[in-house]
Amino acid sequence: MSDANTYLIKGADLLGAGRQDVLVRDGVVAEVGTPDAQDATVIEADGLIALPGLVDLHAHLREPGREDAETIATGSAAAAAGGFTAVLAMANTSPVTDTAEAAERVLDLGRDYGLVDVQPVGAVTKGLAGEQLAELGLMARSRAAVRVFSDDGRCVHDARLMRRALEYVKAFGGVVSQHAQEPRLADQFACCHEGELSGRLGLPGWPGVAEEVIVARDVMLARHTGSRVHVAHVSTAGSVEVIRWARAQGIAVTAEVTPHHLMLDTSLLTGYDLTFKVNPPLRPTEDITELRKALADGTIDAVATDHAPHARHDKQHAFAEAAFGMLGLEQALQVVNTVMVQPGLLTWAQVADVMSVTPARIAGLDGHGRPIAVGEPANLTLIDPVATVTVDGAASHSLSRNNPWHRLSLTGRVHATLLRGRPTLLNEEIQE
Amino acid sequence: MKHLLSAADLSRDDAEQLLTTAAQMHDVQRREVKKLPVLRGRTVVNLFFEDSTRTRSSFEIAGKWLSADVINVSAKGSSVSKGESLRDTVMTVAAMGVDALVIRHHASGAPAQVTDWVDATVVNAGDGTHEHPTQALLDAYTMRTKLGDLAGRRVGIVGDLTHSRVVRSNLILLRTLGAHVTLVAPPTLMPSGIADWAAAEGFSYGYDFDEVLPTLDAVMMLRVQKERMTGGFFPTPREYTVGYGLTRDRLRVLPEHAVICHPGPMNRGLEITADAADEARSLILDQVSAGVAVRMSVLYHLLGGAES
Repeated sequence: MSDANTYLIKGADLLGAGRQDVLVRDGVVAEVGTPDAQDATVIEADGLIALPGLVDLHAHLREPGREDAETIATGSAAAAAGGFTAVLAMANTSPVTDTAEAAERVLDLGRDYGLVDVQPVGAVTKGLAGEQLAELGLMARSRAAVRVFSDDGRCVHDARLMRRALEYVKAFGGVVSQHAQEPRLADQFACCHEGELSGRLGLPGWPGVAEEVIVARDVMLARHTGSRVHVAHVSTAGSVEVIRWARAQGIAVTAEVTPHHLMLDTSLLTGYDLTFKVNPPLRPTEDITELRKALADGTIDAVATDHAPHARHDKQHAFAEAAFGMLGLEQALQVVNTVMVQPGLLTWAQVADVMSVTPARIAGLDGHGRPIAVGEPANLTLIDPVATVTVDGAASHSLSRNNPWHRLSLTGRVHATLLRGRPTLLNEEIQE
Repeated sequence: MKHLLSAADLSRDDAEQLLTTAAQMHDVQRREVKKLPVLRGRTVVNLFFEDSTRTRSSFEIAGKWLSADVINVSAKGSSVSKGESLRDTVMTVAAMGVDALVIRHHASGAPAQVTDWVDATVVNAGDGTHEHPTQALLDAYTMRTKLGDLAGRRVGIVGDLTHSRVVRSNLILLRTLGAHVTLVAPPTLMPSGIADWAAAEGFSYGYDFDEVLPTLDAVMMLRVQKERMTGGFFPTPREYTVGYGLTRDRLRVLPEHAVICHPGPMNRGLEITADAADEARSLILDQVSAGVAVRMSVLYHLLGGAES
């Protein structure tokens, strides 16, 4: 009889550094090497890469408020299917996650489903209105122990408010994740990278500089306040330059890039296909090249999905009036493999850094992003690195279908995900 | 050709054919009985999400003179705020059994999106700040009546180019017909990425109207909307007129043979002086009358009247 709490992962390549067997017992890594365990359930991992369970700094799970687009249950399933063991749920729900109670409710719903650790992000300002600080301290003291604060979807554009937020979160080691969009340079209708294509299509332009001026301002505010700022979904080469400079000055800035900004370029908007409407917008290939380089050289710390499910009807308006956002959880690792690992820009150890270790550190999630070593929590992801997959958007675990990779061919397939020793995904099937 | 969404949908042959048919339609308009039986039993819906008296009535008359059943649907306010999606609105209308949808929308790309959802022929009657292909056809038609073949002719398009749907369609169509186009505007009113666009397509642009003016065979003056005047795009209307208006002084510099177009509505005194607008060589009213003929031609060709 095999013990339900014991798994033997056979023949996996640990972070690409060599094949070892991994014995997982009672939620932790019990042995690495050539363990012998008759009672274990064997997971054949020949040819698979083992990574620490992935951590997503940026997902929209839509519950509460828009359960027609996604729920914490369906979003958790999508996350597990994509190899994630922890997901930060953005605050722009309805009601907004701007109180301790709201944050605890998100945490608890995540625990109820148990497929992934759902860690709430708290709003920076009450109701995301950009006027007064939300109860940052109470959220930090709550059972949810909120550490990441963001008005994502909107920029904390008022410089004084941003300064106060950065100062205030120092008391509990918090970080402000900024959606960098100067609203006077890119308003609510801005939806296409400002350039030749937006000129031709007649779409309201979203210039890179609207992001870059906020990134520049915020790194200076971080320096002034001695606090920590995180730049969400960096999308331009100019932002990368600013971050690289700030890093060299010793300013505490971290940054994330999305899978779509690493792979998809602005030309996809040519036919007004709303699947590709996202904020910040898809950028030209020159930016994509710089983002990949910056991820490879460590200027950008993390890959975060900005998974943004939308009900079908919210994507059936005229282009400038429809919802922003695209799915990301299920394809993130495949995309990183396809555009970073396969071309030799990142090693698997670096993938572990940018998709698990560093995001866990930024978010203050102690049980995640740990080495695959004896005594560590068994949060693990197994990926087949060479399988070629044609993405079928209709097969998604998400409730929504705004999948920008639908029908595209990607390299890699997530085979299994273990959360504290329990498979949440096995043989590509969600384990309820 | 099933739809007319962009001037780029038209090859030179397509454009020539549409303009030739338009001339025939124009002749018919001078008869006492104007109606042709070619689209009898066909239904054309003018679906307007934005007010436009001139374009809508022009399409309406065009359809009626071809004997189609023409229905006007004003969907203004039918938008995100009201709750109904664009898809639901057009599918509801299309479900009534429509052969062609003539769509005007305040958002760029809406007519193109609609072609994914309905089987009917879609004609773009102006979408946001994107295109207005039938306007470009009628502008070209009118210019040709005075200048003949447009190949090798020099056309300047001057005004608020960022927010104009007319400029994009005109630029594309005029170039298809072999004309040299120069766009003129202050930098704040140029389409974004103009340098890359101009380099990729091989047309010119500039900020100095006076430099371009003496070389032109045709000048098209585009409207500057009231809201731009307070939007910080330029300091004052006076300064705009001095830099980019077709003033009495500039009329003297414009070559004798050159023609003046304006797709309307005009802001007399801002982008064009009353003198210029009323000049004999002005084609502005000709443009309006050509509008019906051109739209008859478009509906006739798209709805297969040519084969029946």
